[in-house]
Amino acid sequence: MQGLDFSIVPEYWPLIGKGLWWTVVISMASAVLSVIAGIGFALLVLYASPVVRYPLRLFMWLFMGTPLLLQLFLIYFGLVQIGIDIPAIWSGIIGLSLHFAVYNADIFRAGIASLDKGQTEAARSLGFGAWRTRFYIVVPQAVRNTVPAIGNMMIALLKESSIVSMIGIAELVHSAQLVISETYRPFEFYLTAAALYYILNLVLEAVLRGIERKVELSR
Amino acid sequence: MDISLVGRIIPVFVQAAWTTVELSLISLAIGLAVAALIAGLRLSHVAILRFLGTAYVSVFRGTPALIQIFLLYFGGPQIGIQLEPFAAGAIALGLNIAAYMAESIRGGVLSVDRGQMEAARSLGFAEGQSMRWIVLPQAAKLMIRPLGVNAVALVKGTALVATISVVELTYTAQRFIGSTYKPFEIFAVTAVLYMIMVYGLTLIIDRLDRAYAGEA
Repeated sequence: MQGLDFSIVPEYWPLIGKGLWWTVVISMASAVLSVIAGIGFALLVLYASPVVRYPLRLFMWLFMGTPLLLQLFLIYFGLVQIGIDIPAIWSGIIGLSLHFAVYNADIFRAGIASLDKGQTEAARSLGFGAWRTRFYIVVPQAVRNTVPAIGNMMIALLKESSIVSMIGIAELVHSAQLVISETYRPFEFYLTAAALYYILNLVLEAVLRGIERKVELSR
Repeated sequence: MDISLVGRIIPVFVQAAWTTVELSLISLAIGLAVAALIAGLRLSHVAILRFLGTAYVSVFRGTPALIQIFLLYFGGPQIGIQLEPFAAGAIALGLNIAAYMAESIRGGVLSVDRGQMEAARSLGFAEGQSMRWIVLPQAAKLMIRPLGVNAVALVKGTALVATISVVELTYTAQRFIGSTYKPFEIFAVTAVLYMIMVYGLTLIIDRLDRAYAGEA
């Protein structure tokens, strides 16, 4: 038993801070991509021809039923073996985005299905085409109605972004590991990383509450 | 698709999947026990107990499960807790899912109409008795589905202990992707095994939910 000594933590702040920055960048990029892809998947699953719809549904089903870590291993260690070499950082962002896009798509699909059919009928009778109706009338309302559920997904995404450290991306967990390999003080630095995630999480929750309030007002 | 490879690796992967099942069951048991305690704290009349319950949920849900696992496994020895990878993984996963399950349990109790408790009290039941005999039986039915969602998340979450070298399904998949250079065959076998566990569990939850909802 070695005892705890947190006084060495500030000395390593530059490295930890860099990891924190990358956690923010990766999470934000993946959050945006997962929402855009989620809307795309939802529209395709609902409206595309069966040739597109069924393979996509199979893909979504596979990604919902398997762990993110496995998906990251497949993308990073797997694709390179069939000649597709994606840098680690992109493997991580693609993996996180796809993993959450599938869940987001499910939420958007339900959001679109629960919209009043009159919305589509009214738009069509005003001369909107089928896809224009979906883009301008259906999607904006579905997105607005699903803000809280998508927000929960983004909170999960922030925490699960820690998993991309396992394919060597230098985010918060990975920089903590680097410091630990030098200092042999896992407890202090993992706890520091945990505290930073906790703060990020509080900030994200505050931002999401702000967005929810705005959306409520726009009704 | 290399079918002969698939045939050869299946026994090893089934073995690994069994480890995933064991991990899930042990973590589930730990999770449910701790969750019941935390939900009790959160529903308590004593402010300090309520605070402790809320703090537990907030901390465990506000930080990544991966770090919780690392803290216990790598950081534990520094504070005198030395555990094997499997035990550390199962305990960390259990403590993590407990925070989510506590909310499912609390949600179930709070969704029972307040009048039920009031009626029981006015009939002379003590508060504890009213909870035990009147509120909880009704709340239990409402908890099945949310707890089921937590349990499914737990099964997928067990993959995280691959990072502390527990030889479960994802760890095995990673090792075989590295040694066979057949990523898609390996992913297919692994995915099928996860699917069997995840959707099998979903079926059980549906059954339970329908069986108990019918009684309501």
